[in-house]
Amino acid sequence: MRALASIAVVVALLAAVPLVTASNVVLNFLVVALLTALVGQGWNLLGGYGGQYSFGHAAFFGTGAYATAILQVRYGVNAWLGFAVGIAAGAAVGAIIGALSFRSGLKGSYFALVTLAFAEVLRIIASVAPITGAGVGTLIKLDLRPEALQFQSRVPFYWIILGLVAVSLVIVRMIEDSRFGAYLVALRENEDSAKALGVNTTLIKLGAMTVSAAIAAAGGCFYAQYFLFIDAGIAYGPWISIEALLAPIVGGAGTVFGPLLGALVVKTLGEATKLVAGDAPGLDLVIYGCVLILIVAFAPSGIAGLLLKARQRFAALKSLRPEQPHG
Amino acid sequence: MAEPLLRVDGVSKRFGGLLAVDNVSLGVQAGRITALIGPNGAGKTTLFAMISGFLTPSSGRIYHRGEDITGVPPYRLARRGIARTFQIVRPFAGLTVHENIAIGAHLSRRSREAALDAAAQVAHLVGLAELLDKPAASLTVAGRKRLELARALATEPKLLLLDEVLAGLNPTELAAMVPTIRAIAERGITIVMIEHVMQAVMSLAQHVYVLAEGHILTDGSPQAVVGDARVIEAYLGRGAAARLAAAGVAHV
Amino acid sequence: MLSPAILVPAVLNGLMTGAVYALISLGLTLIYGVLHIINFAHGALLTAAMFTAFFAYKVLGLDPYLAAVPLTVLFFALGYALQRFVIGPAGHGDDRNILLVTLGLAIVIENALLVAFRGDTRTINLPYAFDVIAVGTAFLAVPRVIAFAVVILVALALWLFMRRTDTGKAIRAVAKEKLGAELSGIDVGHIYAVTFGLGTACVAVAACLLMPTYYVNPTTGNAFVLIAFTIVVLGGMGSVAGALVAGLFVGVVESLSGLYLGESLGQIGIFVMFILVLLFRPSGLFGERV
Repeated sequence: MRALASIAVVVALLAAVPLVTASNVVLNFLVVALLTALVGQGWNLLGGYGGQYSFGHAAFFGTGAYATAILQVRYGVNAWLGFAVGIAAGAAVGAIIGALSFRSGLKGSYFALVTLAFAEVLRIIASVAPITGAGVGTLIKLDLRPEALQFQSRVPFYWIILGLVAVSLVIVRMIEDSRFGAYLVALRENEDSAKALGVNTTLIKLGAMTVSAAIAAAGGCFYAQYFLFIDAGIAYGPWISIEALLAPIVGGAGTVFGPLLGALVVKTLGEATKLVAGDAPGLDLVIYGCVLILIVAFAPSGIAGLLLKARQRFAALKSLRPEQPHG
Repeated sequence: MAEPLLRVDGVSKRFGGLLAVDNVSLGVQAGRITALIGPNGAGKTTLFAMISGFLTPSSGRIYHRGEDITGVPPYRLARRGIARTFQIVRPFAGLTVHENIAIGAHLSRRSREAALDAAAQVAHLVGLAELLDKPAASLTVAGRKRLELARALATEPKLLLLDEVLAGLNPTELAAMVPTIRAIAERGITIVMIEHVMQAVMSLAQHVYVLAEGHILTDGSPQAVVGDARVIEAYLGRGAAARLAAAGVAHV
Repeated sequence: MLSPAILVPAVLNGLMTGAVYALISLGLTLIYGVLHIINFAHGALLTAAMFTAFFAYKVLGLDPYLAAVPLTVLFFALGYALQRFVIGPAGHGDDRNILLVTLGLAIVIENALLVAFRGDTRTINLPYAFDVIAVGTAFLAVPRVIAFAVVILVALALWLFMRRTDTGKAIRAVAKEKLGAELSGIDVGHIYAVTFGLGTACVAVAACLLMPTYYVNPTTGNAFVLIAFTIVVLGGMGSVAGALVAGLFVGVVESLSGLYLGESLGQIGIFVMFILVLLFRPSGLFGERV
């Protein structure tokens, strides 16, 4: 279980951050980056491991966010319970969209298109439906008590999102090591061969999509608790669908740490852009789009892939050196 | 005659205006190696696709152990013990040879370790033991054919459908592959093979079906079939049998 | 409610709107039919073309119908360059990669426009924008009639190009059988780029036809492109005739349902239709089974 150990190390290092710094800027940055890493990990399971590229992960993120917000604001449900229900709601939406798409045999660009369309439908509905507050959005009342999943300081939020990311890392690692994970990767590489070897590819894809949606929905629930305001554009907007796929692609799709790596890089780039060029709306997305193209063009396996190649080259170089006497 | 392990009953497949398979009936006896030969475009791979669940026949039925399996999806057929290889081999790139074979072994094993262990044993059978940790994408054509075979074998099939598994191999590789296939058959696995390599058909198959233009031309022992004038004409054109006889070429 | 006096103009208006939809879809289906990629950047390119037409009018005083000529050339070149130097090389011929690259382009173009021009909506006010022609009992806006006529001309020109010119025949060859075309000496990379350029040029013409009667902001293209996607899927991916027929059909349906159902529901309606067609017949009504 060497890989679980490396997860523990990374999480421990990150958990120590609030103990060394009290800077709100750093904490806020890390919270947002970890949130991106979480949603990205969700995308990674379906897209990186399963090879099914969703362009509409906002559908799950937004469902989680709205479910938890509406339950609290309109029905007085406890925030923690709302969080759990939000995750379940997101998973359900994932299962429905997945069932419809995969049973119709949609794959590749068609699948990307249909997920895009579903996310957009939800966004339009959310922008006009009274229950979501329509154009005005939904505001969660400030109630700084742990029972309401709100905290005065950022630190508890930080640990919660870190905890969620840790869970997602473990889930993906365990899937990697299971039959489900092996089948998922096989169908990504060659669906027909996988079928001939006994893989029920539709069911596997559906399972991956449901877990993927649950993880993304958890991100949405967290967003709602942290920022206390959502509207249709925030919950179901293209921005989160883009970030969900950008982080794993940049970091390395189909790897456990890819989304975390990618999220840190992407968010750092976003901040650097703001520092250099100011806060123009859309500027960060321009950079993100360029990064996406550059990564696909020059490093399709992402940063993780580059690191792996560097390690292999280093090992090859070492083995070329003249024989050293071994002790 | 015992009930055949696989029975194809009046199966046809129409693609728009094209009748690719025309009322084909055949029976495969358990424990035998049966070959399906015929010129290109005769409909052999289409027939395989229907037997292995990738295509649904336009008409007719397919029976396995007496049960109707027409239209049953491939993954369920694998669980029934029917495995197939593909004409155009495409290994799971990005995975090692070991991991590739393990996918097949997972059919009856949940645990990763158990699947990898079983996969290693299958690799031995097929001559890939040395290459287990190599990336599957780095294999030669012959290696990929063996991998295709190994993956299918790892599902522990009782009926193995081989689609031109010998195509593209040079004489040395062929000479190595034929005994491997024979060894598989000797373990009790029924084999149906689409083949163009006639020496292999002659030396391996106990029964041969000839498919031409979508329908069965004839069937019988390899010797009988290869000498049949109609079969020669299907491959070489009308009048070829007579021309060959006139030129003094003896029938085999 | 169903009186001819209301229905006929609604249908005619629908046909004219549908014609422009069809032109946008034509570009999309052309690119799909030849390169077999779904151009996610199509909407952003439309928006860029509309902004260009807007500024051509504001800064150079160029009437959009006249601007169509230089714009078509400009955007053909842009499309050619994008495919030749960005999408082709970056995609490495892998479907998933190409998908991401066109998405990346869409993000870059749309947000660059957002950064440059903010989110404000821009319109052109042409002196003759509100002139009407009387056709029977219906009064049809002049810009829309012009748009309809131009689309027919463009479709005809494209058809002639495909049938009569060497490049056109090469494009059809590559669409049908890429390997064979390559072996015959056709430069497939060049043909791909020409096709992408043509698809983008279609969008440029459509932009000029839309500006007199429509507005532009950085997200305008997306709304149109979703309709274009629906049309392409309905009419059959890669089918030019299908795109035209489906375009007119969708235009009429939109017009009639706008009459009875109103704006927002109309938008959702298009999406739902799109999803339903994708789920049940992604090959469309004209295409082969996927």
